[in-house]
Amino acid sequence: MSQIARTKKEHTFYLNLGPQHPSTHGVLRVLLEMDGEHCLENEPVLGYGHRMQEKIGESRTWAAFLPNTARMDYLSALIFNHGYVGLIERMAGIEVPRRAEFIRVITDELNRIQSHLLWLGAFLLDLGAFTPIMYTFDDREQILDILEDVTGSRLTYSYHRVGGVCRDIDARFVDATRAFIKRLRSRFKIYDDLVTGNIIFIKRVKDIAYFTPDLAKRYGLTGPCLRGAGIPYDIRRAEPYSVYPELDFEIPVGTKGDCLDAYLVRVREMEQSLRIIEQALDMLPEGPFRNKVGRRLKLPQGDASFSVETGHGELAYYMISDGTDVPYRLKIRVPSFSNLSVLPELCRGMLIADLAMTMGTLDLVIPEIDR
Amino acid sequence: MEMLNLLPPEFLRIVISAIIVVAFVFLNCMVLGYAERKLAGFFQMRPGPMEVGPWGLLQLMIDGVKLIAKQLIIPKDSGKMLFRVAPLLAFMPVAMSFIVIPFSEKIQVRDMDIGLVFMLGIMALHVVSTLLAGWVSNNKYALFGAIRAVAQNIAYEIPMLLSLLAVVFISNTLSMQGIVKAQGPIWNILVQPLAFIIYFVAAIAETNRAPFDLPEAESELTAGFHTEYSGMGFSLFVLGEYTNMFFVCSIATVVFLGGWSGPPLPFYAYSGIIWFFLKVYGLLFVMIWVRWTYPRTRFDQLLNFCWMYLIPFSLVNLLITVVGVKLLK
Amino acid sequence: MKEYFELLFTGAKSLLIGLGVTLRAMIKPNVTVHYPREKIAISPQFRGHTDLVKDAATGTHKCISCMMCEKDCPCGCISVAGETREGVKGKVLTSYLLDFTKCSLCGICVEVCPTSALEFSQEYELASRNIEDFHYDLLKRLEARG
Repeated sequence: MSQIARTKKEHTFYLNLGPQHPSTHGVLRVLLEMDGEHCLENEPVLGYGHRMQEKIGESRTWAAFLPNTARMDYLSALIFNHGYVGLIERMAGIEVPRRAEFIRVITDELNRIQSHLLWLGAFLLDLGAFTPIMYTFDDREQILDILEDVTGSRLTYSYHRVGGVCRDIDARFVDATRAFIKRLRSRFKIYDDLVTGNIIFIKRVKDIAYFTPDLAKRYGLTGPCLRGAGIPYDIRRAEPYSVYPELDFEIPVGTKGDCLDAYLVRVREMEQSLRIIEQALDMLPEGPFRNKVGRRLKLPQGDASFSVETGHGELAYYMISDGTDVPYRLKIRVPSFSNLSVLPELCRGMLIADLAMTMGTLDLVIPEIDR
Repeated sequence: MEMLNLLPPEFLRIVISAIIVVAFVFLNCMVLGYAERKLAGFFQMRPGPMEVGPWGLLQLMIDGVKLIAKQLIIPKDSGKMLFRVAPLLAFMPVAMSFIVIPFSEKIQVRDMDIGLVFMLGIMALHVVSTLLAGWVSNNKYALFGAIRAVAQNIAYEIPMLLSLLAVVFISNTLSMQGIVKAQGPIWNILVQPLAFIIYFVAAIAETNRAPFDLPEAESELTAGFHTEYSGMGFSLFVLGEYTNMFFVCSIATVVFLGGWSGPPLPFYAYSGIIWFFLKVYGLLFVMIWVRWTYPRTRFDQLLNFCWMYLIPFSLVNLLITVVGVKLLK
Repeated sequence: MKEYFELLFTGAKSLLIGLGVTLRAMIKPNVTVHYPREKIAISPQFRGHTDLVKDAATGTHKCISCMMCEKDCPCGCISVAGETREGVKGKVLTSYLLDFTKCSLCGICVEVCPTSALEFSQEYELASRNIEDFHYDLLKRLEARG
């Protein structure tokens, strides 16, 4: 059956945090060996949502694969798009106009804020609070309306194109975004009062699962959990892409590496994203929004990789091309896969309530793990 | 009609009271369920039920009809008879407790000399139903919920009893009507504020409401002890929970908030019921408000809170009360 | 001992502040829209299924049956058929079938069309019990639009 079965003790029993469960966000099965309320061992079982995205990437032309990238992690769809078109541009040496780069950064950061807002609501829903998710979804709807007006979709955007973006933004978008920034800044106080200061929440989350730098290095943990452990590793600073070198923002880090630090890092990241959007809106130049690229463009032989920072961690695309317009090999490294792999070691001996809470802190999106 | 004259008047009175009490229990569940969903909507900036009836007033009634129409699916390896009995155990004892609640000066089914003890005894039966439901479902999640419920309910009965005991020392009687009359115009909440807070927190834990709703923690255990119940079985659990809520709030009203006393109204001996209901539903509003605001505590933190905070404070409160009563005598 | 009381007081204060937030939310207006009794206006940029554009000058579509959309569609949901007719330059469109159950709304067909003959519609209330309702015949839809 699994490794757990070989080491089963007399007085323990198995519990399936099964594929259908309210708090695993997606179809994830975690096999737990329980002694009373403590989970002695746990083992995640994947594959319930495997859609062979990498194989599809190797069977379609590079231009036809773009909608699939949005479907892998539907919460960071624009960032996944950005990584993919960045990869093709890097391989083929295609230039992107400056206006398009700024538009990409603005829409990426809006997507990141939207992903964190949904995580905040869902995390608190896992903990048993039913109202904060409604408040965060209200804020998230504002972002979705702004992005719908410019891209046409609300969740699975295929907005970035190789050579730029597919539609230009106008003054309506800029005004709506500025109004949204002002509104969200005033809403942070509500979340502070209702959630961050709440003694029940703090007791649930503080000093629970320690993400140590050693653990992170062994499992390839990235994203806010790594930054909560004190390591300021963010792809936007470590391997800068697009116009991020010209923008001024901080990387929030935590001190102890427990789940409260990961939570605070995400909340502060939302504020930093707002800063980035403001600067990008101020620096937005005029000009073309897309360099036309032939659809039949054949990629030069060779390989390239491109990393971006999604809301969950480092996303890396790697492509090997054999000179045609269908890639020979497309490898997608998703952050949630590595984040999930710390679960067996981190949650050994925890109470089941803490296990559910830690899974919420890791911010897993199962479709991107299973691809 | 002549046959009715042959029956002793006491018997007739008891039967009519029983019918009214059961009808009231169902009516209360409808009102409370509707209030909970509407208030949940308002706290979340949405309207709540609006479709069924004007402003959704008939929502709970139609929900009851729907639940009756559904099948009670009994799992294969569960105890068949006990599976059916568990929801009844959740509902019946609490309905029985309405016998001693003093709705007003003259409206009470029967005033027992040990009314308070009777009510606390009934509350203890509630645990049995939860444990039974979880055990007999043949489901690990349900068993989890049941075990948590037993530990939680037994632990939180202690501060409840201690805080009520302090009031009994002041009022010198255990009968519910006597406690109301002994308060007079100065309600016990002014004399025993700490006992009121401790009692209210313990009451929220006794009725398994958030932030102490671990037995039915949705996000960890699917649905806790009533995972396997569908149809009328599930609705009896819900009825039992809402009736339990009314029941603990009515004890709080009688013991701390002066029961049916208030500014005088015409036919005061009977119309005190209006003040009673206002106070009880005010406390129920606070319970609903608390539920939709806070996340859930963890199980060991819940027991920790009881043993480390509530019990010491209630013991200290009891000590001070006893010393005070002795000195003032 | 001091931490015991400190925790008690800060905890109680945080709980009361949290209650205040929910109470204030009670008096704020609703943020939801009572669909289907009230509806929100859809942005004109919304991506519904594609439709043929009606050319104001000729009164009909602009499609020249070049099959670029069919070739470039990643999902294979477009079937275009055209025929040559005497007296008419180029091909005449005879049928344009869109299988919306397979469409991923990527917009490649709209972008790649040389005559900009396709546009996105704004239909979002699509629910049906027959799968044939989503096999759109865009020529028929154009004629039905008048």
